[in-house]
This record gives sequence, C-alpha cells and structure tokens, in this order.
Amino acid sequence: MSNESCVADACNIELTPDLAMENPVMPFLRKERIPHIWCPGCGIGTTVNCFVRGLEESGLDLNNVAIVSGIGCTGRVAGYMNLDSFHTTHGRPIPFATGLKLANPKLKVVVYSGDGDLFAIGGNHFFHAARRNMDLMVVCVNNHTYGMTGGQVAPTTPRGATVSTMPFGNFEDSFNLPFIADACGAVYVARWTVYHVKQLARAMKEGLAKKGFVFIEAMAPCPTLYSRRNKLGDGVEQLKYFKEKSVVKHGASTKDVGLTFQGEIVVGKFVDRERQTWLDSMNEHFTGYFGDKYQRYGGNHVKD
Amino acid sequence: MDGDHAACEGALAAGCRFVAGYPITPSTEVVERFAQRIPLIGGMFIQMEDEIASSIAILGAAWAGKKVMTVTSGPGLSLMMEHIGYAAITETPCVFVDVQRGGPSTGLPTLPAQADMMQVRWGSHGDYEIIALSPNSPQECFDLMIKAFNLAEEYRVPVFFMMDEVVGHMTERVVIPEASAIEVMERRWTSKPPGEYKPYAADDDMVPEMVKAGDGYRIHITGLTHDERGYPAMNPPTQKRMMERLLGKIRNNREKLIDVRGEHLEDAEIVVVSFGITSRVSGPAIEEARKQGLKVGHLRMVIAWPFPASVIQQLALRVKAFVVPELNMGQMVLEVERAVAGKTRVISVPHPGGTVHEPQEILTKILEAAR
Amino acid sequence: MAAVTPAKQARGTVFVRTEVCKGCSYCIDFCPSKCIEFSKDFNAKGYHFPVLTRPEDCSGCDLCGVYCPDFAIFGVRLKDLEKRIQAQRAEDKAA
Repeated sequence: MSNESCVADACNIELTPDLAMENPVMPFLRKERIPHIWCPGCGIGTTVNCFVRGLEESGLDLNNVAIVSGIGCTGRVAGYMNLDSFHTTHGRPIPFATGLKLANPKLKVVVYSGDGDLFAIGGNHFFHAARRNMDLMVVCVNNHTYGMTGGQVAPTTPRGATVSTMPFGNFEDSFNLPFIADACGAVYVARWTVYHVKQLARAMKEGLAKKGFVFIEAMAPCPTLYSRRNKLGDGVEQLKYFKEKSVVKHGASTKDVGLTFQGEIVVGKFVDRERQTWLDSMNEHFTGYFGDKYQRYGGNHVKD
Repeated sequence: MDGDHAACEGALAAGCRFVAGYPITPSTEVVERFAQRIPLIGGMFIQMEDEIASSIAILGAAWAGKKVMTVTSGPGLSLMMEHIGYAAITETPCVFVDVQRGGPSTGLPTLPAQADMMQVRWGSHGDYEIIALSPNSPQECFDLMIKAFNLAEEYRVPVFFMMDEVVGHMTERVVIPEASAIEVMERRWTSKPPGEYKPYAADDDMVPEMVKAGDGYRIHITGLTHDERGYPAMNPPTQKRMMERLLGKIRNNREKLIDVRGEHLEDAEIVVVSFGITSRVSGPAIEEARKQGLKVGHLRMVIAWPFPASVIQQLALRVKAFVVPELNMGQMVLEVERAVAGKTRVISVPHPGGTVHEPQEILTKILEAAR
Repeated sequence: MAAVTPAKQARGTVFVRTEVCKGCSYCIDFCPSKCIEFSKDFNAKGYHFPVLTRPEDCSGCDLCGVYCPDFAIFGVRLKDLEKRIQAQRAEDKAA
C-alpha cells in the first residue's frame, strides 16, 4: 500500500511501504470509490465501520450478503460496500430487498438507509416488512434531517429543532423509531449512536445472526446541516452530546425511548424475540395444506 | 379460459416464477390465478402493500435471477412509474401487465379503455425506451405473454402487456401447446468470471450480459447515471454514452421489433390502424365497408411500442386515408400522424371508454375517409 | 527491511492515509490514550490530519479506526504487526 503514509516512525518502527498494513475495513469496501462523498464529521462512515466489524465477525460468506439502500446520504452506503449492492429509488429499498430475499432465500439481505428514506417516503414498506417478519436486517442511520437535499424537516426531526423547511423551528412531533419497529413486529430492535461504536458493531453482528426482521437505529451527526443550523457545534460536539446524554437501558419499553431536541437518548437492545418469518410461515402453511405435493420453497438453493 | 387467466398461464409457460402484485380491478384475476398455481410449481407470489412496492419487489427478484412480472391497471400503473424508469436505467428484465380501464384517476374500474398507451411510453421521467404488446384475445394473452417475457430478456427493458378490461374478462378457447413447443428465451448470463465482468459493458448489440446477486460478482446497481462498472458517474459524457445505449438498443432494432398483422392491404385505399380489442371491433366495420365496394385494409399493431412507423410511412405513399379507432380520446393516432407527416389524411375515431366502439362508428369514419 | 525495535512502552501504533482524512477529529477526541493530535501540515484538500504524538501511549486498540468516518486511520497492536511482518517476510522468501 504505497499510499498509506506511515506515522509510526515516532515509535522507532520503520516501515517500508510494502510492510504497511491495509486498513482492515478496506477489503469490505469498493476501494476505488474512496474517498466517499460524506462531509467532514458525518457519522455515516462510522456506522459503516461498525457494520463492517459486525460483518467480519458474523462469519457470513460475503458472496451471499447483499446490501440495498434507498436515496440520500445514507443511500450511498450500498455503493461503497464490496458486496452485491443495490442503490434503489427513494423510500423503496425494503420492497426491493423483499423481492431479492424471496427470490433467493439463501441471500442475507441488509437494508441500509436513512431516516427520511425509511420512515417518510418509505414508511409504509417498513411497517409491512416488519409485520410480515421478512428476513431482513434494516439499519437506519438517523441524523434527524434530509442531508442530501440540504437539511429539510424529517419525520425524525425533534420538535424545536430548526431545519430549512421549518425555518422558525420544527413544530411537528417526531417518530419514535424503535417503538414503530416494535409495534410492527420486528424481532430485534436496538438503538445506538455513533459514539457507541463497540455496541453498535455488536448490534450489527447480532442483527446479522438473527433470523427475521431486525431493526437497528444508528444515531449520527449531520454537522453540515442539522448541527450547524442548530448551533450544535461540529461532529465531535454531537458525539459528546451522544456520550453525555445517553442512558443504556437494555430491554427498555420502546414507548419510553422517544427522542427530544438535545435531550436524553435511551440506547440499548430493546427487543430480541422469536417469531416465524414470512417465508417459514408460507412453507409451513403450504406443507400443511398440500402435504407431500409441496416442495419447500428456498429449501434448495435456486439454480436457475 | 378468460384473458386474465390466459395471461397468467402464458407467464408461467415463459418461465415467470416471481410475481408481486396489488389488487386492482380489472387485473386481479391474473395474480389470483398465479397465487393458486405457483405453490406446486415452485415459485413465489407475494401481495405487497401497494403498487409502488410491487413494482420494485419484482426488480429485486429479477436481480436474484428470477423472471418477474407485476400486474395492474391505470391507477396502479401511475404509482409504478418511477420504477419503470428504474427498470429502464438498470436494464432489469421485467414484464408489467396493464389491464386497462377507463380513466383518468379512479375512472371506470370495471369498464374498458386503451387510454394508458402514451403513459407506458412516456410516463416515467427522462428518456427511455420500452416495448409494449397489445393482445386482442385470450389466446393471444397466452401466446404474446411468452413473447413479452422473451423480449424482456432479449433487450433488458420493461415490457408492457397492454390488455384491457374486455380482453381480460373475455372467455374463449385457449390452446396451450406442449412445453417443448414453446420457445423460451433464457436470461443472457455472462460467461465472464468476476473481475473481468462489467455489468454495463455491452457489445455491438448494446445489451449487456447479466449476473445475479449471490454469484460472487459483487455488482453495484444504481438508478444514478453510471459507467460500465455500474458506478455512479454523474457527468455529461457518461450520461451521453449511457443514453445512447439505453435508447439505441431498441431504436436500432425498430424494424426487427415490428409485429403487425395486415389484412386486405394489397389494394387498400383506406387503412384502419388498430390494436388490442379495437382490432376486433374494426373487423365487422371493415367487412361492411368492403361489401359496399370500398377498398379498406386493416393494419393491426401487435407491438405498439416501438411504433411501427416505417410500415405506416410505406402505406402513406399509396393510400388515401388512415382511420384510427382507439378506446381513448386520441393517443396512438398522434403517432400515425407523425409517421404520415402530412402525406395523406389521418382520421381519428376516439372513444371515451367504458365500452368498445360500435362497428357503425368506425364504418362512418371509413365512409368519411372514402368521400 | 528495517529492524523492528518498538519504543519501550508502545504497544501499538496507527497508520493514516492522510489524503482521505477530512479532519473531523474523531480519532483525536475519542482516543482512550490521548496519543493522537492534529498535524501542523495539511493534506491536498486542506484538512489537518492526525499524527501519533505520544506513541509510547498507543495501545493499538483501533478505536480510532472504528470512529474514523473516512476510513483514513487505523490502529494496530505491535505484536499483531510483527506477526504480519513475519508472515509477509516468509511469503516474500517463498516467492
């Protein structure tokens, strides 16, 4: 790696370029596309690190992992991952992922998108995929705003925050995402912030191992738009807020974990339960109905 | 068997094993039959939460290797528009069945129209090309459906199957041939290994070879303007290269894609141009006119898009007039006029929908053309 | 190949790909050993990038690597690094 600059000389290790190690994330990324488009201090890249570590520890065959994103800043995650990756339309990564998963149940399908994409334009799909217990892991990077379009009000913008389309302060109430996921039937629901990198990485690992509809909310700063407009400082300042105002409450009732403007953040693993997936339900039902005539769908990997 | 059911059988015969749909009159029977049939065939049907979801779930399934279809009618088609553009730019083989009903908006849910012809061609934003077929009988719903799937695989574009309420609900005898007698086009899988393969690199025929998720190619597919690797590249030269190929792969094959049925065209002085159910209503009007001694021919478009302009242009040099009946207020007649380019008369026979034309209405226009 | 002689207390080190750093300072602020600082220099895009200023304190925990949103820095334990170097030398020899 000739382009790695070694700053380790201070510790008397002299490394020739060929001895410099590659960043352990790089094999999981499309190297030729880095640097990415995200702003300085944007937390999306940090969530990607956590995802990569979760992926690394999951032991999954990466050729069988697909990642699907919608549109927006977080929508660009798929394009940076060295996996089968799909950058779909605004709000629709979940139904695309549903088609991908049901057409080849052997795939591990991850949906990675933003709060606006998944809960405003894509809200309906989220509800139904969770209700069906579709075997998908959904990672929502919540930065409280629409970053790509310039910081407009999102369903996650806390009341009182100022955003470009709520120039006098947001007077809408925001969604409590874990509560929605829980109510709709997700089998795993967790929230962490990008300050909690180890916990977030562990949640990613657990999510990848879990069968059924998994929801992980990763709170991340948007320093360029949300933080700046609300005079909250840079990315580091937001991470410090995450650190100071977070309370870890595993198993907390999701109805109590709503967010307020710069208020307390309840983080933790809120839900971890078992429920038959949509596909297992279908297979079981059809086996009961048709008996021996029915061949379990997805039981044998589709070869066509 | 009715047209809706025959369309479903055609899809199955073509190898379609993934359907996502949402109920909408008068198309629902297609997916109901698919839901009935698929468990023991080995495939997947899912009723999604809306047409937006249905139209992209099938695209996900196509990238996992399936032949896919969704089925809808006007209001649902309107909701699917964004994904027609997505299918076009990502070159995802797929079939959209539109059992047309009267519109606009909720319009006439249980009654026929042919008023979505322009929408399927132009409804999604940006420039793109599609293929649209117009069956006029349950038998054709079967036969042409296979063709629709084959064309989707051959050109990697969204293919529209433009039925209407009457064709969908019409019951006629349908002959289903032995599977061995049905020609089915398989996906154009690449033989290149990972590393050498580029998802959007194409040869002279402009249609790239395909892979599917899970094969180790680690593809990236995006609705953004992209280069041969599939990576976003939002600059004018890439846009130009991509658009030339997206449009060229259909435009360069326009002649090959012509599928018209002609009758009495040899000596025709007046030609009725029709498609779908209107072609059947035109028949008696043409026969009556011929009985009255008028030299009337019939040109029926089986493939309506790409429009068979060259056929019309040829005829325009020697006929007195074209008569264009359609179950809308004048859509495909605009294409006929464009092709004719003022060389001869073009007479529209519009109909607001809700029922088919009375043959007399078409006859009246033929007589007007003859004057 | 130069000899590897780690400083007395150093247990780890960091590598920085300076040209992709955007200067967010996550690695600096969240380094548990507080051993990284901004450089005086800046990269082609005008960002100050991190340097290891107290190498003796670096444990190689890679928390900087997990925080870094730009995939620009990562930490490594020296014993892992040595293993890697030895493996690579063996590989080179074999080749």
